Amino acid sequence: MIELRHLSKHFGSLRAVDDVSFSVGKGEVLGFLGPNGAGKSTTMKMVTGFLTPSSGTALVDGHDVQQEPLAVKSRLGYLPEGAPLYGDMTPLGMLRFVAEVRGIPGAQRKARIDEAVGKVHIGDVLHQRIDTLSKGFKRRVGLAQAILHDPQVLILDEPTDGLDPNQKHEVRQLIREMAQDKCIVLSTHILEEVPAVCTRAILIANGKLRFDGTPDEMQRRSKRHNAVALTVRAGGGHDLEALRAIPGVAEVEELPAADGLENFLLYPADGAAILAPLSQVAHERRWEVDHLTVQEGRLDDVFRQITAEA
Amino acid sequence: MRNTYTIFKRELSGYFATPVAYVVLYGFLFFAFALTFLLGNFFTGQETDQATLQGFFTFHPFLYLFFLPEISMRLWSEERRVGTIELLMTLPVTVKEAVIGKYLAAWALAGLMLALTFPIWITVNYLGEPDNGVILASYIGSFLMAGAYLAIGAFLSALTRNQIIAAITTVLLGVAFLLPGVPFLTQPLSGIASPIVVDTLRSFSFLAHFESITKGLIDLRDLVYFGSLIVCFLLANALVVQVKKAD
Repeated sequence: MIELRHLSKHFGSLRAVDDVSFSVGKGEVLGFLGPNGAGKSTTMKMVTGFLTPSSGTALVDGHDVQQEPLAVKSRLGYLPEGAPLYGDMTPLGMLRFVAEVRGIPGAQRKARIDEAVGKVHIGDVLHQRIDTLSKGFKRRVGLAQAILHDPQVLILDEPTDGLDPNQKHEVRQLIREMAQDKCIVLSTHILEEVPAVCTRAILIANGKLRFDGTPDEMQRRSKRHNAVALTVRAGGGHDLEALRAIPGVAEVEELPAADGLENFLLYPADGAAILAPLSQVAHERRWEVDHLTVQEGRLDDVFRQITAEA
Repeated sequence: MRNTYTIFKRELSGYFATPVAYVVLYGFLFFAFALTFLLGNFFTGQETDQATLQGFFTFHPFLYLFFLPEISMRLWSEERRVGTIELLMTLPVTVKEAVIGKYLAAWALAGLMLALTFPIWITVNYLGEPDNGVILASYIGSFLMAGAYLAIGAFLSALTRNQIIAAITTVLLGVAFLLPGVPFLTQPLSGIASPIVVDTLRSFSFLAHFESITKGLIDLRDLVYFGSLIVCFLLANALVVQVKKAD
């Protein structure tokens, strides 16, 4: 439902977004990742028709944002970066304004506003000036205006920024609930959010697309994917040499030890499963294993790995 | 144009959500009445011994110079500063609708300001028998001139995210539209330049067109002057928003 075609944006000599193409379909929740200044917000601003691309274009539900900006704008809900709102209005006034501009017929207006208000839990502050609200409430008012017209396509720039852990949980829940019949793109800095809500992750750095795949696939890129952390009682003949000799083990790292225990981290070659051979060796040599865990791989590592290459 | 009305309503209620509207209304009314009574020879020296509001309207171009920029300054610069321009411009609204809606809200507030001077009209009718046709024409002229000031202000407001800069540049450009018609500049000039030059210069000024309307004659040329100024500055406003909305 969203299609980016060779989208680029140059600010002078800076290539903020450099030939980015991808498409997102119904039912997908795309996590849009990248370091600060990578071009995430710039890309979103171009898709929503706020920024004009230097070259390339974006389509929403088949409508070209440059040819038919109004068709695109009426089909999507957008939470801009920082959730800007009219501070001198109340959330209710703001939602009424957006409902009117979005052309929601008067008869349905109240129902739609009530529904959006209920989804983001801002019922208690509806009559307070937006200026006086906390960051978390402002963000939720921003979300409410984005989902007000029940759009098929949602673009959310850092929807959980500034929320406390409970509110983050609620927003993630809300996104998951809406996911089935919508196409959602969200940007985030919080990588733990990605496996929790996204069906797909895209990573951009320096304006270029660096990774496109499922959160699982992204985790598998980690050096630590399928690595085994081993804690054993000291003095059982389990030195680095013995561990390196285990089939499938590529590298062994000795971690700081304490209380007569020794810690090792065993990296597999090409993500091979090394738990079975390791436990066999440990059993044969009667090592006193205290702790044994398989690592899934950390998105942080992959994020650093990929963005460092760029 | 349905959205124009929605934006107009939001913008107008925005004026009353902050003290801006009240301060500008009270300030304008205070000075309008004070200047009329103290300097405008309202009660005394009316050479012809007639009841008129000439002394009241004379000050409008100068009062507007200082009071209308406070109305126009926030139209776009505030949207830029807070970032709501991104919200507004990603709603299904055209730039034209937004520009006109906002401008009309500012003009409506100026209209309200002007309408609230009605006690002076009642007073002059109580005291004598003024030519109410002339007064009506003067009110229309004053309203048109306010529209021109506000169009200039709206355009300059779209160029910056700082309201103060928007206001100051509006005063400066307003001065440029007043000066060619101010007598103490045109009189010495007519001594050295030919009348055609002086008249042409004068015809660029708000004063020349406003004065001709306050004489009671609504000439098409004066309507075209104010109307085309408004249209030109609103077009420039729309262009600036379209091209520079994200800067």
